[in-house]
Amino acid sequence: MSWAGKILRVNLTEGRCVAETLNRQWAQAYLGQRGLATKYLIEEIDPGIDPLSPENKMIMTTGPLTGTMASTGGRYSVVTKSPLTHCVACSNSGGFIGAEMRNAGWDMIIFEGRSPQPVYLYIINDRVELLPAEAIWGTSVWQTDEWLHNEHQDPMLRIAAIGRTAEAGCLYAAVINDLHRAAGRSGVGAVMASKNLKAVAVRGTEGVGNVKDPAKFMRAVNAAKKVLADNAVTGQGLPTYGTQVLMNIINEIGALPTRNMREVQFEGAQHVSGEAMHEKRATDGKPNLTTNAGCFGCTIACGRISTVDKGHFSVENKPEYWGSSGGLEYEAAWALGPDTGIDDLDALTYANFVCNEDGFDPISFGSTLAAAIELFKIGAVTLEHTGGQALKFGSAETLVWAVEALVKGEGFGKDLGLGSKRLCEKYGRPELSMTVKGQEFPAYDPRGIQGMGLAYATSNRGACHLRGYTVASEVLGIPEKTDPLVTEGKAGLVKAFQDATAAVDSSGLCLFTTFAWSLEDIAPQVDGACEGEWTAERLQEVGERIWNMEREFNIRAGLTAADDTLPKRLLEEAADSGPAKGRVNDLHDMLPEYYALRGWTADGVPTDATRRRLGLS
Amino acid sequence: MLRSLLIDADKCTGCVQCELACSFENEGLFNPSKSRIRVFTFHQEGRFVPYTCTQCTDAWCMQACPVDAISINADSGAKVVHATMCVGCKVCTIACPFGTINYNSATGKVIKCDLCGGDPACAKACPTAAIRYVDADQTGFEKMRVWAGRTDAGRSATG
Repeated sequence: MSWAGKILRVNLTEGRCVAETLNRQWAQAYLGQRGLATKYLIEEIDPGIDPLSPENKMIMTTGPLTGTMASTGGRYSVVTKSPLTHCVACSNSGGFIGAEMRNAGWDMIIFEGRSPQPVYLYIINDRVELLPAEAIWGTSVWQTDEWLHNEHQDPMLRIAAIGRTAEAGCLYAAVINDLHRAAGRSGVGAVMASKNLKAVAVRGTEGVGNVKDPAKFMRAVNAAKKVLADNAVTGQGLPTYGTQVLMNIINEIGALPTRNMREVQFEGAQHVSGEAMHEKRATDGKPNLTTNAGCFGCTIACGRISTVDKGHFSVENKPEYWGSSGGLEYEAAWALGPDTGIDDLDALTYANFVCNEDGFDPISFGSTLAAAIELFKIGAVTLEHTGGQALKFGSAETLVWAVEALVKGEGFGKDLGLGSKRLCEKYGRPELSMTVKGQEFPAYDPRGIQGMGLAYATSNRGACHLRGYTVASEVLGIPEKTDPLVTEGKAGLVKAFQDATAAVDSSGLCLFTTFAWSLEDIAPQVDGACEGEWTAERLQEVGERIWNMEREFNIRAGLTAADDTLPKRLLEEAADSGPAKGRVNDLHDMLPEYYALRGWTADGVPTDATRRRLGLS
Repeated sequence: MLRSLLIDADKCTGCVQCELACSFENEGLFNPSKSRIRVFTFHQEGRFVPYTCTQCTDAWCMQACPVDAISINADSGAKVVHATMCVGCKVCTIACPFGTINYNSATGKVIKCDLCGGDPACAKACPTAAIRYVDADQTGFEKMRVWAGRTDAGRSATG
């Protein structure tokens, strides 16, 4: 119950769509979404394959609470093998398409093979068709969205699509849904492009009705909604400032990576902060922020809807960018701003629009550009490479040029699509790439927040804030305050966050609820909806099982403990200002304890006893 | 006291909790496409607007119905469709100038807001009070208060 019980298997090579029954035994062990889709992936593909080959599979997956009234219950994920990291990828997105999949009666869509021609998948409830996409191949996500709505004369269609960067082979291309929500990280859009799949358009009118105990479920949902409303972060901070509430806070504690992580504080942070988005512009008297917005079912509504100043050089002759669209979230603002040293809010917002319009991850893009600027600064990249464009920290012109060059996919723009690791390798300075397992860092410097160093190094999808967000504890005091400059106790903290996060990501709910909710708030909602008995303890165990399964995928893909590390810069070059001044990240004080707590060998491999305990075959 | 739904679109975040609550109350499942209240997104303008039946006093739908399947609930004032009598002719959907009564092909009947018998689920579910259920004779009260505060007298009173 609560699961639709039905998955759609789409063989793109043969153009065949088949309905299958969901494996309910696996659903009991892995819950849904991230956990359950990863179970399907690891059972169905060899983790050693080339991620851009037809042998890779791409799974669009919902959780059991997706489409229900549980607050934030609209999440879906794209699970596949990542071309950026060669690890397992699971990119989570909000918006509305996940709930639409459930309303159409599907828990999951498994794409396999490669279509001989560009196609899109069209779903109305149990009616499913692969249709030709020649007309939209080579167009942006936004153009594709408009074309599909016109073609099917259906304003209620929910659409996920890839843009031109994915088609051009950008390794951090995203899958964008509902115009401005993204399954953003690890290059899942590049996998979709490799399958010649341009878009998925869904309309569901059947509803989600099979909750186990409707009265109990609604009691749990209403109680949990109240917890979100009464909490200062989810009830006030996030709706008012979005995740951008963090910009000034993280800068103050000296953990805002600046200019390719050479520094830890940015002098222009306040100009690109959540507060700045509320300030009225001198030119037209409007603030950058038009309104906040909720994804499906979300009572937090942290989403930003913004405009760019029409007179700004980036858009002055481009009226198509004058309307409102998805604005800056913290990670994007950081990567496009502080990490490139740029404090021009309009330039950042324009770049963010383009990331959505053409489907790529602003975190990886901003970090890659930051690395490119440093390469240019030291002379490893020259005007000859860039076709005459100077790359400068602090230059909004550099950002606007780079984002447009990437979309064109030519010359140095194509190089930017390689991601930071491959770019720095190509230009002979691999040590300047700020990545773990090939994925670019998000916006928390691990010299100023020690636990995050361990979280990054051990994350199953490379550097990422969404696998173990110990910032909550180390900076915000959730659930309790720990000292960000201390390594003691962080191994346990990271493990607990990683496991709980894996469970939340498998439920259909948004991780941002955990600023207010613990698994004690989530368990009654899962229990009210889903077959079986669901407690916080069981969710934590499911999370641990998922974490170990992901680890196993990566080990079988060829990764080792040597990959559980950080760039030399963060381990050897001390922070030069702020509360963390003089500190590096002391990863090696935490890593052995972490392996031991996980029940892994000193080489980071789950022991047989651990695997047995978790029921991993 | 007769009450009515009061919608303040400026407060709406587009989360569709109202649609979920409505469909759950009326259909027993979460299904926005069967909700009697709908939220419209105007993306370029950055606006979200919930919209539903205003319960017209002299209701076009009720007048148009050839089999008298729509009647007034005396307590709530809602115009209520009696599914057992509705023949699915859809004349009411043509008559309603606002589009808030719609055909449901799954049942062959029409559906519209009936104020949940006087305790509307959408208003209870809304996290931002964009939808409230208030005294039908005082729906302008809050707006009047805002404008009153902008008069010279109001400004001097609040300093």
